[in-house]
Amino acid sequence: MNIEQQTIIKNGLWTNNVALVQLLGLCPLLAVTSTFINGLGLGVATLITLVLSNTFVSIIRHWTRPEVRIPIFILIIASIVTAIELAMNAWFYELFMILGIFIPLIVTNCSILARAESFASRNPVLDSALDGFMMGMGFLLVLILLGGLREVIGQGTLFSNANLMFGPGASAFELSLGDDYPGFLIAILPPGAFIGLGLLIAGKNSIERYRSKKVILVSAPTRPAEAPASS
Amino acid sequence: MNIHKQVTTTALLLMLFATIGAALVGFIYDHTYETIKQNERQALLNQLNNIVPASHYDNALLEDSFELAPDPLLGTTEPIAAYRAKKQGETIAVIFPAIAPNGYNGSIHLLVGIYRDGTVAGVRVIRHRETPGLGDAIEASRSDWITHFAGKSLGQPPGKQWKVKRDGGQFDQFTGATITPRAVVKSVHSALLYFAANKKILLKDEVVDKGAKDEKDVDAKDSHEEQKDAGSSSNTDESGS
Repeated sequence: MNIEQQTIIKNGLWTNNVALVQLLGLCPLLAVTSTFINGLGLGVATLITLVLSNTFVSIIRHWTRPEVRIPIFILIIASIVTAIELAMNAWFYELFMILGIFIPLIVTNCSILARAESFASRNPVLDSALDGFMMGMGFLLVLILLGGLREVIGQGTLFSNANLMFGPGASAFELSLGDDYPGFLIAILPPGAFIGLGLLIAGKNSIERYRSKKVILVSAPTRPAEAPASS
Repeated sequence: MNIHKQVTTTALLLMLFATIGAALVGFIYDHTYETIKQNERQALLNQLNNIVPASHYDNALLEDSFELAPDPLLGTTEPIAAYRAKKQGETIAVIFPAIAPNGYNGSIHLLVGIYRDGTVAGVRVIRHRETPGLGDAIEASRSDWITHFAGKSLGQPPGKQWKVKRDGGQFDQFTGATITPRAVVKSVHSALLYFAANKKILLKDEVVDKGAKDEKDVDAKDSHEEQKDAGSSSNTDESGS
């Protein structure tokens, strides 16, 4: 794996994370993350969309014309999302009922168009697919982290409704904090989503600050070599 | 000339991609259509079976649907599908939708099942936007509150008791949410009034159904008048309380 691909991976998961740094796609992020499984469902759908749209955009990048490239990207993204929506409706019906409007709304998740325009239309197919996967993964991780947090604090369970995604046997995945947990309503309501996301962003920033201090103190000489990768 | 050529190629390019996109979506639609239809029917059937257990009837419930005209007692503004559960040709129960317009956050859509004798078979919430954690206890998956309607009827409890406890009635409210259960109780009561007024149409048996197409209109007129009566009586009920 060359240095460029390492950069792509690091960018997607951390440095340029869609949800925590670019702050894109917040509407579905805030709306569906009331449980872990909801977050996972939307995360996987977004991830697949990103990989496919980046791949296609990269394949056709030499054939488009600058004047119509944005409409063409949107056409590609919309077709892919509609296909995913129909597939989910057919094979994950109950989960689809819960996620509802937020699946078609993936089309309007600006992170997808942003990756098509700023990365996939300028890079080879494999790198673009990897970029889509890693950006999607970064988004998915934030979704399940936030969903898990809100679910545990709000209703005292984790992985509830897992059967919607993994079949009837998965009901056993559900963990509970005990039946007498009173629940903490605000975590499930919309304010909980904003507060949770704020805490996640703050957490990421403080980790970064801590790390950069450490790098300067402990291994100052290696800093210049790393610099191009992180910029 | 050059500009013309450029515009044409650009337009053709866009058209090409639109065609490819449409073809992809069409292809997937074609392959998922059957499954999606089946899912929707299965989901509906599951819901109906929650209200009237599958062992109680022997007809194809989903095939035995008919349209109910809009009615203020049901809260409906357009025709809506209802279902008859039959055993050996006799209607044992009818399941129809009702809308409670005055939930805490918009209307609450219900499915109400009523047995031939006028007792409630069951009630389920299909769609609502009540507060999660407070009003959403009307969902069967959140609490068993909604199951307490089973076995109730117009006389049991008496009309004045068809209210939440805070209003002097028989039904529990939730901690922190009175408006939601109040709306549901009132809607179920109205559905019972509607059933009482339209019994003839709702309970039509298979035997009657075949020969009596002409009677249908007469029935409808009759019931319309009865229904008016029922409506006004329920109104006086309200103001008396």
